[in-house]
Amino acid sequence: MAQLSRAAGRRLVAGVPTLWLLVLFLVPFLIVFRISFSEVRLAIPPYTPLISFHHGTAALEVHASAYSFLFTDPLYVSSYLYSLKVAAVSTLCCLALGYPMAYAIARSAAATRAVLLMLIVLPFWTSFLLRVYAWIGLLKNNGVINNVLLYLGVIHHPLALLQTDFAVYIGIVYSYLPFMILPLYANLEKHDPALLEAAADLGARPWRAFLSITVPQSLPGIVAGSLLVFIPAVGEYVIPTLLGRTDQIMIGRVLSDEFFENRDWPVASAVAILILLLLVVPIMLFQRVQRRELEGAK
Amino acid sequence: MKTRGLLARCMLVLGLVFLYVPILSMIIFSFNNSRLVTVWDAAHSPTLKWYVNLLHNGQILRAAWLSIRIALTSASCAVVLGTLAGISLARFGAFRGRLLLAGMTTAPIVMPEVITGLSLLLLFVALEQLIGWPRGTGAVTITLAHITFCMAYVTIVVQSRLAGFDESLEEAAMDLGARPLRVFFRITLPLILPAIASGWLLAFTLSWDDLVITQFVAGPGSSTLPMVIFSKVRFGVTPDVNALATIMVLIVASGIAVSTVWMRYREQRRLRDLQLAAAANL
Repeated sequence: MAQLSRAAGRRLVAGVPTLWLLVLFLVPFLIVFRISFSEVRLAIPPYTPLISFHHGTAALEVHASAYSFLFTDPLYVSSYLYSLKVAAVSTLCCLALGYPMAYAIARSAAATRAVLLMLIVLPFWTSFLLRVYAWIGLLKNNGVINNVLLYLGVIHHPLALLQTDFAVYIGIVYSYLPFMILPLYANLEKHDPALLEAAADLGARPWRAFLSITVPQSLPGIVAGSLLVFIPAVGEYVIPTLLGRTDQIMIGRVLSDEFFENRDWPVASAVAILILLLLVVPIMLFQRVQRRELEGAK
Repeated sequence: MKTRGLLARCMLVLGLVFLYVPILSMIIFSFNNSRLVTVWDAAHSPTLKWYVNLLHNGQILRAAWLSIRIALTSASCAVVLGTLAGISLARFGAFRGRLLLAGMTTAPIVMPEVITGLSLLLLFVALEQLIGWPRGTGAVTITLAHITFCMAYVTIVVQSRLAGFDESLEEAAMDLGARPLRVFFRITLPLILPAIASGWLLAFTLSWDDLVITQFVAGPGSSTLPMVIFSKVRFGVTPDVNALATIMVLIVASGIAVSTVWMRYREQRRLRDLQLAAAANL
């Protein structure tokens, strides 16, 4: 009896969050998927129903027009590829800056380590939107960076920094850097220095020991950090809208514009499905790394 | 070894400068008199006029109040749901639906926000058609959406805290005949309380800060603070946003400082208690 009620209790404890996420996370994707196969129409809601009735007979209505529209319009294809490029470049920059930072933190004394980690995480607790906004003030034509460079005589005309790819890379690296550093740090911190000492005793040069021992060992951290940056960066909306080019938009902006400006729900849904198709492999990879991290800690 | 350590340390300093220069510049220019924000008006600065402006800006104050209410509600609900999920994943072994739950709690963390926002809005529209609820979009739908993405973060925080403790304490209490609920309240809950507290703070911050998902599920008349800020800064910098940012940075920084000191105090007290207990056993 006690055993039975315990099983029932557990089912309840696990069941409530599962049910919540089923309804508010999984089912919504099915709805997006289904609406991506309908056509836009002037009604509430503004898309064709899945099953229509003509003279008493039900007919299944499946339209691929949203997808064919997306594939034939070069604007969408180019923003899709552009988003991939931006996300990939930003992830690499983030890794190039974040890896040495995480390495230095992991190698510092325990007391400094706590302070350094707090300094890395602190910006994350302040508003993301305001931190991106801060870069407008730094990058614009009469902004801080240009003013300083003009004052120092390095340049004679202000550089066009805002509304460039460069500004988007800066914005993404800046906003996502803690997400790269934290998993890397968690991994690097666990490394056994005896391995490097052994390599040195065997005559390996420091760089070689680093490349053949530290880097391979930290691969899970690299993968987790890179995915934490890459996946959300593909669909990034705020950063390219505030800092990015006006002649080339990213796919997240396409989705948002289709939905809010053109009120074309099927096309917006199709864009969402196409982004998801691209991200399904990285997301599953992330889940595997995450699971191993959380369950290997036991 | 030396050169690599030096290089890494230089990068660390550079990276920290990179992280803090924008925030510092925002704070400095919040005291600037000029409307041009980034051009320092030495004759009339520093000034507090943008702070005064802010206090008289009814739109911003109303939005901030709405954001606070939504963040309080979502963080509290997300903590309950996230703790349940975290306990299930860390303690229940292999149960049916475990993989599903694990997947659904990690995916929202990386999911691009435009997709989450769109899918939630389409759900709310479909629900309204189907069962007549929720009536339109507004504070309720925003809160439901925020709970959903915040609980994923709470789950991970709670789950990793539980993974750091083995089950022997809980098992011992069970062996001594304590009922599961009693075990939870006397043992598990005190153990994970720090994780629940930081999960709540994290959820509050995420909810308070969210723009993209909120834009999808917000209705007319339910503009949160990030939405108001976004519509202001979309077309350039405005000085009162700098003042607002400074206030928010100050609140966060002092909050973190207080919680760090408090955590250290607790940790020291715990160590002292352990030492006392060990001494008493001798």
